[in-house]
Amino acid sequence: MTLLKLENFSKSFYIHHLNRSIPAFDALSVSIEAGSFVLVSGPNGVGKSTLLRCLFRSYKPTSGKAIYDSAYGPIDLANAADIDMVKLRREEIGFVTQFLRARPRVSAVELVAEVLLGSLEYSAAIKKAELALEAFGLKEELWQAYPSTFSGGEQQKVNLARALLAPRRLLLLDEPTASLDKHARGTLVHRLSELKDQGVTMIGVFHHPEDVEELIDSTLLLSPLSQEEERSLAHALG
Amino acid sequence: MNLSLEPITLEPPRLVLEKPLLEAHKLNIYYGKLHVVADVSLELYRAEVLGVVGESGSGKSTLLRLLNLQEDVDSGDYHLAIEGYKANNLFALDRFAKREVQTRHIGIVYQSPHLGLRMHASSSGNVAERLIIAGERRYSALREAAKSSLAASEFPLERMDDLPRKLSGGMQQRVQLAKAIALKPELLLLDEPTTGLDVSVQALVLDTLKRLQRELGIAMIIVSHDLGVIRTLADRIMVMRHGQVVELGLADQVLEDPQHPYTQQLVHAKL
Amino acid sequence: MPLKSLSHPYQGYSYAFLDEAAKRELRRTILKSIAIPGYQVPYASREVPFARGWGTGGLQATLAIIGPKDSLKVIDQGDDDSVNAANLRRFITSMTGVSTTTDTQKASLIQSRHRIPEEILDTYQTLVLQVPMPEPLRSVEKSRAVAQQMHADADYGLMWLKLYEQMVRYSQITLGTGYPSLVHGRYVMDPSPIPRWDVPKLHQARHLTILSAGREKRLYAVPPFTEVRPLEFDDIPYRVEDQKDWHCGKTGLKSKFMNELPKDDGSSSYEISDSGYVEKYLRQKEGESIRFAKPYYDDDGKFYRDDVFRELKDD
Repeated sequence: MTLLKLENFSKSFYIHHLNRSIPAFDALSVSIEAGSFVLVSGPNGVGKSTLLRCLFRSYKPTSGKAIYDSAYGPIDLANAADIDMVKLRREEIGFVTQFLRARPRVSAVELVAEVLLGSLEYSAAIKKAELALEAFGLKEELWQAYPSTFSGGEQQKVNLARALLAPRRLLLLDEPTASLDKHARGTLVHRLSELKDQGVTMIGVFHHPEDVEELIDSTLLLSPLSQEEERSLAHALG
Repeated sequence: MNLSLEPITLEPPRLVLEKPLLEAHKLNIYYGKLHVVADVSLELYRAEVLGVVGESGSGKSTLLRLLNLQEDVDSGDYHLAIEGYKANNLFALDRFAKREVQTRHIGIVYQSPHLGLRMHASSSGNVAERLIIAGERRYSALREAAKSSLAASEFPLERMDDLPRKLSGGMQQRVQLAKAIALKPELLLLDEPTTGLDVSVQALVLDTLKRLQRELGIAMIIVSHDLGVIRTLADRIMVMRHGQVVELGLADQVLEDPQHPYTQQLVHAKL
Repeated sequence: MPLKSLSHPYQGYSYAFLDEAAKRELRRTILKSIAIPGYQVPYASREVPFARGWGTGGLQATLAIIGPKDSLKVIDQGDDDSVNAANLRRFITSMTGVSTTTDTQKASLIQSRHRIPEEILDTYQTLVLQVPMPEPLRSVEKSRAVAQQMHADADYGLMWLKLYEQMVRYSQITLGTGYPSLVHGRYVMDPSPIPRWDVPKLHQARHLTILSAGREKRLYAVPPFTEVRPLEFDDIPYRVEDQKDWHCGKTGLKSKFMNELPKDDGSSSYEISDSGYVEKYLRQKEGESIRFAKPYYDDDGKFYRDDVFRELKDD
């Protein structure tokens, strides 16, 4: 069963003060099976992260379609209303980066538990959050501290605990393993494989794909646009 | 390579089937020849937070005053999906009905506490006044309601009977907030609520707002020129310039992949 | 028949001092104020030979409605003999020739400053109260235009807030005189600076009360049998001044509104503020046969109507 189908999915950035368009990827067409783990690969700057962000709609796709088979029926992520995206983000689609957006005066455990508060009681959510933080190896004395003061690695653990806690149907993984210590990386891979067993579809960009080698079902190779292609595309886009 | 594809235009919501809490359609205000609010349309769903950004004079505060029914439009409709007024264009209501909607269904927090608070009445009195207007005539009930509202906005209760002018800026904003949520409104309007507060106090107030939004499910419109504040709270961002909406989208999209030249300029200037 | 016999003999002034047009305007104003109980009707307050602030508003209302058959009583803080009352009385009688009395019951028209007599007024009587400041909202809203809008909207939240603030600060309502009261369920009025003791007397009163402010050029009325409710929280009942243990030094009576007279040793003596009542009581004591109307408060301090004061149930 297909969970996500890209049809001529394209993205380019138009920078107004430079008055020029910077293409990222163009006319991507691919089907992604439900429950599969897709590695997005390709050389640096080819638009791998951009693709994930376009699917999450942090970036606005330029053209094409991304038909996603939501629990409510198929919907085109490229054209979906903002409020539908908010709903999908809340319920179905997760985005996992290496960067934590800490909020001042919110403790690590609260930040993680927050994603569960819609469905769980406060104390139950905190309990689960603590388990997740423990699994990622964040020292217990940091649980009640404010993550804005944490080191990069510690912040990342909080972030992963948070991102992988709430149930999702589709996870977009944007280099989650980068700069993780070995233990945490192990936990992450373990958690990802758990999620995969539960049927979660994952599309990921990894710096070191060998970390997740056993999980990968298929690879989506993005190739750089040829110079000519880039020129004509830039021209066409104005 | 396919270059003839249609550019993206968003479709109406298909997953979210409930009607928006707020629907405003083609609002216009002129101050003389100045087009202060120009054809602004917006929708807001329950429990959603919309951030409004733009430079001074872009019409964002005026828009907020419009939505609080404090000012008359030159044209446009405004609907809130609230009991008793679902079918009404709120701008067309008479003064009494407007006041009723304003008191019971909309809360507002101003940048300047002087606009939102009575400086000569106690903090608890400022909150209680809302309930008085709504018809509460039991002193004990007024006390209790003021207390619970102030507690919800994390105001130190031992100071609840102090005059606002004796309080710090952060606490004054909490009193405004307590007053705004006293009647559990569906819509909360925030006009630069943390501007002028020092950073740590600002963080605390933002945190309170976030918690209220989550726990009470209040829809909020927050006007600020501080993109950090907006990023912390908003689900969606609306960018205004010269009274017009130049961009409207998911918060991260507007901040990370701004489309309009003005937004690009704004985002790059700030980040 | 000579023309002369059909007209009044020459007078240097109109009957009751004010010219006919002024009286007509005042009567219209009074009728309007009766039609809209508690609503402040503006009028063109005329010059009278009294300084503004010395009862010119009350005086004009009195002059507009007084007639030769009236019996007039003028009191100031309950006292018939104060300078202000005496001056007004002398002026009114010299301009109208009406008879005067100090006996509340015998008066058809009572002009008063800051008190309502202790004997229950009846339908044949009219009470004119002198008002210094007619706007009850003035203490909470400086702008008269805004205050008028608030009256129009029946927006009295600020008034209640004022009561709330007093409770917060003093654990009691400290408004002494001029307690804001809701008339006929619609307008809040300032009942002129009568003590709290007197406010309930206006509720469902049998007499007409006209309240007139000369300097502020506003006049309002409480028609007979009209609801007048002091603003009170449901759980903080309205209370009058606590004078339970005060005895009048002249009469030995209690449960009438008293003046407190400080003595040299620091203690106080008291006497009933309503001097006409004291006078009647003393004359009766000397054996004269005097007719009293029933008082508003009986000797035990019980009010004559039982729908005014509420007791809170203990729970």
